[in-house]
Amino acid sequence: MNTTVLQDCQIQTIKDICASFDNQASELINVLHKTQEAFGYLPAEVQQVIAKELNISVAKVYGVVTFYAFFTMKPKGKYPIAVCMGTACYVRGAEKIVDGLKRELDIEVGGVTPDGKFSLNCLRCVGACGLAPVVMIGEKVHGRVEANQLKDILAQYE
Amino acid sequence: MNKIRSLEGLLNRKQQVVNNPRLHPKSNDDAGMVQVKVGMATCGIASGARETMNAFLEKMERENLNAVVSQVGCVGYCYAEPTVEVHKPGCEPVVFGYVNTQKAVEIVDKYIKRGEEINGILPVDYQTIDAKDESKHKQIRIALRNCGFIDPENMDEYIARDGYAALGAVLKMSQVEAIDIMKKSGLRGRGGGGFPAGLKWEYAYNNKADQKYVICNADEGDPGAFMDRSILEGDPHSVIEAMAICGYCIGASKGLVYIRAEYPLAIKRLQIAIEQARDFGFLGEDIFGSGFAFELELRYGAGAFVCGEETALIHSMEGERGEPTVKPPFPAESGYMGQPSNVNNVETFANVPAIYLKGHEWFSSIGTETSKGTKVFALAGKINNVGLIEVPMGITLREVIFEIGGGIKGDKQFKAVQTGGPSGGCLIEKHLDTPIDYENLTAAGSMMGSGGMIVMDQDDCMPAIAKFYLEFTVEESCGKCSPCRVGNKRLHELLHRICRGRGTEEDLDYLRNLSFVIKDTALCGLGQTSPNPVLSTLDYFYDEYLAHVRDKKCPAGQCKALKQYFIIPEKCIGCTACIKACPTNAITGEKRLAHLINQDKCIRCGACFEKCKFNAIIIQ
Ligand SMILES: Cc1cc2nc3c(=O)[nH]c(=O)nc-3n(C[C@H](O)[C@H](O)[C@H](O)COP(=O)(O)O)c2cc1C
Ligand code: FES
Repeated sequence: MNTTVLQDCQIQTIKDICASFDNQASELINVLHKTQEAFGYLPAEVQQVIAKELNISVAKVYGVVTFYAFFTMKPKGKYPIAVCMGTACYVRGAEKIVDGLKRELDIEVGGVTPDGKFSLNCLRCVGACGLAPVVMIGEKVHGRVEANQLKDILAQYE
Repeated sequence: MNKIRSLEGLLNRKQQVVNNPRLHPKSNDDAGMVQVKVGMATCGIASGARETMNAFLEKMERENLNAVVSQVGCVGYCYAEPTVEVHKPGCEPVVFGYVNTQKAVEIVDKYIKRGEEINGILPVDYQTIDAKDESKHKQIRIALRNCGFIDPENMDEYIARDGYAALGAVLKMSQVEAIDIMKKSGLRGRGGGGFPAGLKWEYAYNNKADQKYVICNADEGDPGAFMDRSILEGDPHSVIEAMAICGYCIGASKGLVYIRAEYPLAIKRLQIAIEQARDFGFLGEDIFGSGFAFELELRYGAGAFVCGEETALIHSMEGERGEPTVKPPFPAESGYMGQPSNVNNVETFANVPAIYLKGHEWFSSIGTETSKGTKVFALAGKINNVGLIEVPMGITLREVIFEIGGGIKGDKQFKAVQTGGPSGGCLIEKHLDTPIDYENLTAAGSMMGSGGMIVMDQDDCMPAIAKFYLEFTVEESCGKCSPCRVGNKRLHELLHRICRGRGTEEDLDYLRNLSFVIKDTALCGLGQTSPNPVLSTLDYFYDEYLAHVRDKKCPAGQCKALKQYFIIPEKCIGCTACIKACPTNAITGEKRLAHLINQDKCIRCGACFEKCKFNAIIIQ
């Protein structure tokens, strides 16, 4: 695995986050949420700092990070794309959208474009099933997406 | 802000609000103001409701109209988002669908200013809990009584609709009295299990401990279900009020809401509501001067379906991996931090204040013998009126799908409806007239589940749907017990093989046997129910499975590996559109001469099929 060298200020950020939860081990998930918000992802080095601060083993932190789909150890693109593969979206053709995006971006699910602009992932239901199929790009929800609109949608992101 | 310290204080506040035209425009009398309510839940905002709302605000200001424009939660007409309710003085309120910025201007110019009829009005099809409502609509809104009517970020609007009055009343009763009302109401858990809420509260009450907890399960893991999100986005106070009531009944001073991180708007509105409840004194010390204290905190999920299971949820709240544990002990004995805890679902809680306000007799008069009250369903899939509905228990699927839901999209043939999500099964034509309640759905091989209803039509391949659900289970299995971890993986492999045309008839028997083994031996509800989609599709669509394994055909034309695209030379005019569309250069041919698909190169993406304007490409 590539190693990331953390700068002092980054380590301080993590420490501050842990401290804001009183360095309580039971707050691990909240700590991870905040840390991922700050860094975009949770590489091994970050997990080590958290383990030390909360006084638990790195294995435990790693166990929790890998258990939950929301946490990622890989950086995402500038505009992370998440295609909903929930049931409502699936029966309304989400697979075609995934195929289309793979082709359009020339990456696999889980991948990032070489310029770091887009990353492609699937998720399960954002609760906007009425608009199926749904694609989230960053925070924005695109509903009733059709395969032939994908080019135009991607073009909105510079 | 002066805290409200008594039930009288609350009623005073309600009177003030109701008499203040800005806070509560009395559009029923002619002198009142025009009210415009824009549906601003996640799906509304995604469809452009914010722009619509701004358009109304600008237009009203430009025209100098005396009107109140406010945001409300989901009204339920998701198919027609953005939706806007307009209430003109002296008129019945009407709901407009598909309101973009242009339509907003038209509504102001034509409907509001000149009183002209314009199209785009959606029919109102529900009864309210108001005693005067004698309409004979199929839907009854109890859990959704405020959703889409009030601004979820405005406490006064909740108070105007008797908010927190139930809490005030309960705090004057004894705990046993209050629990008794819950038991008599017959309310059962809406999170899937259907356990009677009153009984659960009684267990938690009987288990003595210094610290107990009330937990709200807002993990809503069933993909395709969005009832809980809509309630939290549209009426967060009703859940907070109910949790405080539950806290008083069981003797807990602390509440926790476990909510999925995928619902940022619901989280935000809940946070705002909790702050407001604290300011008004409905949370905190000495609530309504009764001496009862209650606090509420949020805990965030992180994208694991199994965390909806209550023991896993509790472990997740403790900062652990969300792995379930064997019950007993039940959470009511040993839950969060080892203390007695009462876990209920969002919708279960949303019913609670209404029950105390209107009495258990009223609630139990709705529904069937064993299932009282209503159920909220999220209608999705191949149905015309995709959206949120609340219907009395005992209604038939036919009424839900063909009357309320407006039938199948594109006039296609109804094939099946999946209830209960990945733990449920599908129901077919012959179940359409079965009254919906917990027992009937289980008997039909599905379950009530949390309320997702995915409608499928003739184009959906049932083995592929079963495979889809198994893929979900395999991903979401926590891996703790081997029947679920290994067994579901094998099921998925078998289904994958079948959908690729490589399965045999023996595989079908194996599929069924393995399903029963997993059901009998898995540790938690996830594994015990995960083979249900396989078993119910095998039961009802055996022919379709046979077609896959025997004839290597997919009758619905969904399974890619069993599909082949051909060009009919007589119909092809040689326009080269398909050649350009093909991502793998599998199509060859000269301009104005018939083209040909090279089956070895074809990846069956269907791009050529979609591009061809002459119906010259067929799927076999
Ligand atoms: C795999 C699995 C997933 C579940 N997911 C949810 C869920 O997302 N939301 C929910 O309220 N209950 C869910 N439940 C049910 C809970 O375990 C529990 O029964 C429920 O929260 C109790 O509340 P109720 O009695 O009000 O329904 C799930 C159960 C299982 C076995
Ligand atoms: S299934 Fe895609 S948003 Fe719910």
